[in-house]
Amino acid sequence: MNMQSQAPLLSVQNLVKNFELRASKGLRKSKRIVQAVSDVSFNVSTGKTLGIVGESGSGKTTVGRSILQLITPTSGRIFFDGQDLTELSFEELRVVRRQMQIVFQDPFASLDPKMTVGTSISEPLVVQGISGDHQDRVAELLDLVGLAPDHARRFPHEFSGGQRQRVGIARALALDPKLIVLDEPVSALDVSIQAGVVNLFGDLQKRLGMSFVFIAHDLSVVRHIADDVAVMYLGKIVEIGNKNAVYNDPSHPYTKALLSAVPLPDPKVERLRHRIMLEGDVPSPVNPPTGCRFRTRCWKATELCAQTEPELVARATGQQSACHFPE
Amino acid sequence: MAESVLSIRDLRVTFQTQMGELCAVRGVDVDIAAGEILGVVGESGSGKSVSFLAAMGLLPATATVTGSVMLDGVELIGAKKKLVRSIRGRLMSMVFQDPLSALNPVHRVGDQIVEMIQSHQKIDETKAFARAVELLEIVGIPQPDERAKQYPHEFSGGMRQRVVIAMAIANNPKVLIADEPTTALDVTVQAQILEVIQRVQQSFGTAVVLITHDLGVIARVADSVNVMYAGRNVESGSVQDLFDHPSHPYTRGLLSSLPQEGIERLVPIAGFPPNMLAPPPGCGFAPRCPHVIQSCNASLPSLVPFEGLMTSCIRADELRIGGLRS
Repeated sequence: MNMQSQAPLLSVQNLVKNFELRASKGLRKSKRIVQAVSDVSFNVSTGKTLGIVGESGSGKTTVGRSILQLITPTSGRIFFDGQDLTELSFEELRVVRRQMQIVFQDPFASLDPKMTVGTSISEPLVVQGISGDHQDRVAELLDLVGLAPDHARRFPHEFSGGQRQRVGIARALALDPKLIVLDEPVSALDVSIQAGVVNLFGDLQKRLGMSFVFIAHDLSVVRHIADDVAVMYLGKIVEIGNKNAVYNDPSHPYTKALLSAVPLPDPKVERLRHRIMLEGDVPSPVNPPTGCRFRTRCWKATELCAQTEPELVARATGQQSACHFPE
Repeated sequence: MAESVLSIRDLRVTFQTQMGELCAVRGVDVDIAAGEILGVVGESGSGKSVSFLAAMGLLPATATVTGSVMLDGVELIGAKKKLVRSIRGRLMSMVFQDPLSALNPVHRVGDQIVEMIQSHQKIDETKAFARAVELLEIVGIPQPDERAKQYPHEFSGGMRQRVVIAMAIANNPKVLIADEPTTALDVTVQAQILEVIQRVQQSFGTAVVLITHDLGVIARVADSVNVMYAGRNVESGSVQDLFDHPSHPYTRGLLSSLPQEGIERLVPIAGFPPNMLAPPPGCGFAPRCPHVIQSCNASLPSLVPFEGLMTSCIRADELRIGGLRS
């Protein structure tokens, strides 16, 4: 990514997250380790959106949660506004978290059904010890996300899916964060509703200037909303860079295959298009392939790919990709 | 036009609920010929799944189903349970979104396919098992003879969906109904499963009903499309015509909601779908339609031919806009 004179708002460096699985075989207990994220680095500048795409098991959600320290990384550093979050105490983290928020996929699960929407939205203000009557702020936030002030007195079940997600966004905005992690924020919504929420993110960024980390499996939505894109596969970033470079000139074979697998809503294009059909499924992150993790499904793989893990290298088209035989 | 293998007329489904009568499907017609892939697209609650569950006779007793479902000349609505049971899984079968819940976790997949075969054909165990292995091979499962002896948990999501498709085609059905078969799968696996479905349709001449919310999937594999909204078909026609010049404001709204290359700002559809406990008296889309006029609310519009499509918008002619994003 281009180095600017200004330090990035968020800088993730060599992030690793392993989860231990305890599987018992007979009487013996064996420990297995899931390498959910291994050695991931990226920067996000102020007012910009980084999209993270990948299939299930790619580690994209783990990356999102590690940024906010909702899960503790195994190793690596996460610099937010110049501070290394991995070194902060719980108390210090609570202060920094004011600046960082997260919106989850399922808006129903993330709202308390017994709390009015107004109480839910003002809760972060209360938690952070901001005193006073929050009614005006709640009304302002509801307006910001395209809901009416009198919606504050209603309960989550009275809202549609799209409206509930807007409530979740209003709550995330309550403390004026500099960064919001959006973890599949529109995947549960019908397309006609999804479009409105996607527009809302763009509008909010324009008005308030915050940064987004937008995690999604839908490549078209990410292309629409992101400035930069990171493509993840089995816990690694295989390609990262400006979205136009990544989408127009994919350099990693996985990116190429992924883009060609996305069905486009145009029958003429669909029927003429050359598709790369990947064999099989994503291997288990418990025992990832040696060398390049994509090699077991890659049509270009050679002996070299099994022996040496490729590193992210800058390409002529501007992005970085980790492949011995880039496109 | 080729003769329909499945022909549905004026299908209506209502559910008795505590809050009153819910009209899930309100007069739907479907025609599908052998070897055709019909895409049925619509959002949650549009009635797309319920219509075909009704055709399969799979709805609970709280549902009232009226209309006509003719499969290969046999009427299924009001037919004896025994007849419906003998047809389901033999002449017409269904694949669902979640393959894990469609498989029994404590039986080997091969045995589950054998059970499917033997419930409709008199065939001995060994032959049925050989057929099961053959089916697994057809749907692209490597080492099918070994895989047949494994349990569902030993398969990945994509492989499980292949097993379910193998079961569904075990008795050479004339119609295969696939209800969101790739929604739970990753995009690279989705591409594989769509290919399997196309292969089945091409090699056996199976008529396939593909229910999905993804217009991209429709564009890739379907021959014709029904667009459903609020329990009705609002537009139908060939895939080319529908994407080339969508005429119903809902179809146009769906397409303009999709992020596409070079589009700066998406155009969502205002509002949300109607409450089917009290559906609007006229066009179901009227409350959200940007082009609504008084007469839209007068009565339920029916499908009429318009520029190669069948559309249920009374203003289609006035609103002719041609290409979607001209």
